[in-house]
Amino acid sequence: MSSELSHAPATLETTSTGIDNRKLLMWLFLASETLLFGSLIAAYLLYRNQSVVGPYPEDLFDIPFTSVSAFVLLMSSVTMVLALAAIQRGDQRGLRIWLFTTALLGMLFISGQAFEFTEFNREGLSLSSNLFGTTFFVLTGFHGAHVTVGVLILLSLLVMAFRGRLTRSQSMNVELAGLYWHFVDVVWIAIFTLVYLIQP
Amino acid sequence: MTLAESRGIKRPPEHESAARQAGGRAHPGPLEYTRIGLILAVITAVEVGAFYMDIAQWALVSILVVLSAVKFSLVVMWFMHLRFDSRLFSGLLVGGVMLAAALFVVVLSTLGGGLT
Repeated sequence: MSSELSHAPATLETTSTGIDNRKLLMWLFLASETLLFGSLIAAYLLYRNQSVVGPYPEDLFDIPFTSVSAFVLLMSSVTMVLALAAIQRGDQRGLRIWLFTTALLGMLFISGQAFEFTEFNREGLSLSSNLFGTTFFVLTGFHGAHVTVGVLILLSLLVMAFRGRLTRSQSMNVELAGLYWHFVDVVWIAIFTLVYLIQP
Repeated sequence: MTLAESRGIKRPPEHESAARQAGGRAHPGPLEYTRIGLILAVITAVEVGAFYMDIAQWALVSILVVLSAVKFSLVVMWFMHLRFDSRLFSGLLVGGVMLAAALFVVVLSTLGGGLT
């Protein structure tokens, strides 16, 4: 009985807006997240060039390395949307391949960030070393935490897909995860430009 | 049997409804997604190339801000389906971005700081 229920296709509830409530809730959440990251980026820009002791951004930033990281996260958005397209046409194999690739690219990005943090720390930058360290680690750390949560969501979906519990009728689950993942990507688009590429 | 079924009301399967929400259009296919991905990759390469060019700071800032805005728009319009879904979602994102932009302007103009 419970097994039948868990495998029953989800039906779309009728709402006054005609929009799925889960999707509306996700968009409301993302709107609030925009303000959170807006505040963190504003704090970084406000305290830029205010550090009285080093190390400074120009001493540490490795633009070619970060560009590759940015490219990896950008391409993970492509694979994520391909996973959604796969489940919407009932292609289970495609769904698994693209979900796995997206999670892999996400983990690659996180690994790159961990490497970057370690290198910066070795050069003497910490959360409390100067204003640059504080604002940089808080901003990119929050983003990294969001990517980590996204990878966990993707891996959960992948397990569900392999167990046959993520069918075409449950494509909204993939779409909601995709919205979150793409949001994390657009935040990095802003961070990559405002923090790394635009240096005074 | 649900109340709607007992009344003979048929609802579309979730995968169809998700792709075509109220006030929305059908989502694009893999080919268009791949094409957008390629455009995003090219823009990123141009951004990095511009970073290494010997040009005035104001020009570099302008180029980078415009290119990142284009990338942002492509992702939210195509990958997040704002171009195809209900305008309510666009309103929520634009509202959030406008509030964040207002926060930027107020904080940076009051306390100092900026892009250049």
